[in-house]
Amino acid sequence: MRSMAIIAGGVFRDSIRDRIGYGLVFFSILLMASSFLLAQLTAGQDVKIIKDLGLASASMIGLFIAIFFGIGLVTKEVERRSIYSLLSKPVTRSQFVIGKYLGLVMTLLINLSVMVVAFYGVLLYLDMTTLDGAKAAWEAPALDPRMLKAFALIGVELMLVTATAIFFSTFSSPFLSVALTFAVFIIGHFGEDLKNINSIVQSVVLPYIAKGVYYVMPNLSALDVKSAVVHGQAVSASHMLLASGSCMLYIATLLVGAILIFSRRDLK
Amino acid sequence: MDAIKTTGLTKHYQVGFWRPRPYIALDDLSLSVATGEVFGFLGPNGAGKTTTLKLLMQLIYPTSGHAEILGSPVGDVAVKRRIGYLPENPYFYDNLTAEELLVYFARMFGCSAREGRQRASRLLDEVGIGAERRFQLRKFSKGMVQRVGIAQALINEPEVIFLDEPMSGLDPLGRREVRELILRLRDRGCTVFFSSHVLSDAEALCSRVAILANGRLAAIGALDELTSVGSRGWELVVSGLSADVLARVNPRLTRATSLGDGRFSLELPPSTIPEQLIPDLGGARIVSLNPLRGTLEDLFVEQVRATGGERFSEKVAS
Repeated sequence: MRSMAIIAGGVFRDSIRDRIGYGLVFFSILLMASSFLLAQLTAGQDVKIIKDLGLASASMIGLFIAIFFGIGLVTKEVERRSIYSLLSKPVTRSQFVIGKYLGLVMTLLINLSVMVVAFYGVLLYLDMTTLDGAKAAWEAPALDPRMLKAFALIGVELMLVTATAIFFSTFSSPFLSVALTFAVFIIGHFGEDLKNINSIVQSVVLPYIAKGVYYVMPNLSALDVKSAVVHGQAVSASHMLLASGSCMLYIATLLVGAILIFSRRDLK
Repeated sequence: MDAIKTTGLTKHYQVGFWRPRPYIALDDLSLSVATGEVFGFLGPNGAGKTTTLKLLMQLIYPTSGHAEILGSPVGDVAVKRRIGYLPENPYFYDNLTAEELLVYFARMFGCSAREGRQRASRLLDEVGIGAERRFQLRKFSKGMVQRVGIAQALINEPEVIFLDEPMSGLDPLGRREVRELILRLRDRGCTVFFSSHVLSDAEALCSRVAILANGRLAAIGALDELTSVGSRGWELVVSGLSADVLARVNPRLTRATSLGDGRFSLELPPSTIPEQLIPDLGGARIVSLNPLRGTLEDLFVEQVRATGGERFSEKVAS
């Protein structure tokens, strides 16, 4: 347990000194700039666009960090051979995988928290500078706390993407790992379409294949409530629990798979 | 109890994409290293030294055979607490300083951050890293990284330390310092297992050596034993030897060299027994008689040539 925590802390420190800071700065600048520009260009839609853009940016920047850092966690250690010294210490390979995972998840969640603060900061500024008459046209208040639910599910999604990236990086090349992780992300977002594909196509075989893929892939579309919260629609607690619970099971499965593969791997 | 023991340790790799065939990196290695010994693991490049060390660290898994460290199977976490390892050409995290790296590793052995800093400071002093300890490792030269690598291998005050080419990348001063460090470790009772292809290091430090060639153990034993096993004969120095007598015994000699003032150095082959030759020297006076021992280099070359005629392609089973 202690070794895992130390490895996780090492990943966090390494990430902070690496490129994550640039991602945050980029996100903040994008958000701020768009809020001021769009407030002037749109009438009544400014707050919606800012919310859409803010949530999408948080998701995309997080995805970028989760995939590229997630894959680098294992492959960089193996390619640069820094893992040789690390695994000669009282650390098992499973502790190494879990520690690396937890370190990046910690980084992503802190990163996401900073984005939430910046996001609400911009919305607060907009709320304070907008006349009450103009606010009446908004579908939901600027500082709607329900948006936190969308951020929470983005966090779960990033945890799953990180686990996927680590899983693929334990047995394939970095390039292939990026491609496979990205493919899982894309397919995962079309979960509902795959499930209901028989209503779109005439084929007999294709629906079976699509359903098979649906059951194997994580259902990431259930985690996407961005549109709902931007329009002020309610997201039930049961949906939150079910969507995040099934993803947690998927994450556990991926990490067990990653540990099993990595524990048998020769580190040449 | 042996500090290190391997039994029939074998490692094959698959080479070739379309038709994978096994490449024999290590073949049936059986050896043991006693506690407190400085053991040299010698061999040319590609002999299987690093493969052996990786097997002992369980970075790779054996095709067959097994290995034990301090009486427990390799990979046991309890054993890892008692050993240290310097990989060949070590590499560490660019964004950490030398001090942070050592504290990071020290904490894995249960040290508090404060205790880790104390150990890091002492070890970095010992390996000659001064003010640079606060620099990020990306700014370190190869030799400095090697020194940090040695320091991290000692962070837990190990009972057994494995050093893979410890002198690599070091300047002459650094090499001397590492030699002194290994001797200090020996004096503390630490077992040192180091691989090298620099024979002078082994001669200066080791009580026993093993020579590996083409993945096979070619020779193992105490340096004295190994170098006398292949004795080249004897060197007999005499004075007052007449030309007639020299001509008569010359067929039984390897070489006769005049040293001046009537003294000769007579080199005897192993087949000539000195006690049988001396009565035939016609009253010449014996100045000295010494065995002509092979150097470690002679032994190394002889063993590697004996087993090493085959090239890489021949090690790949057809």
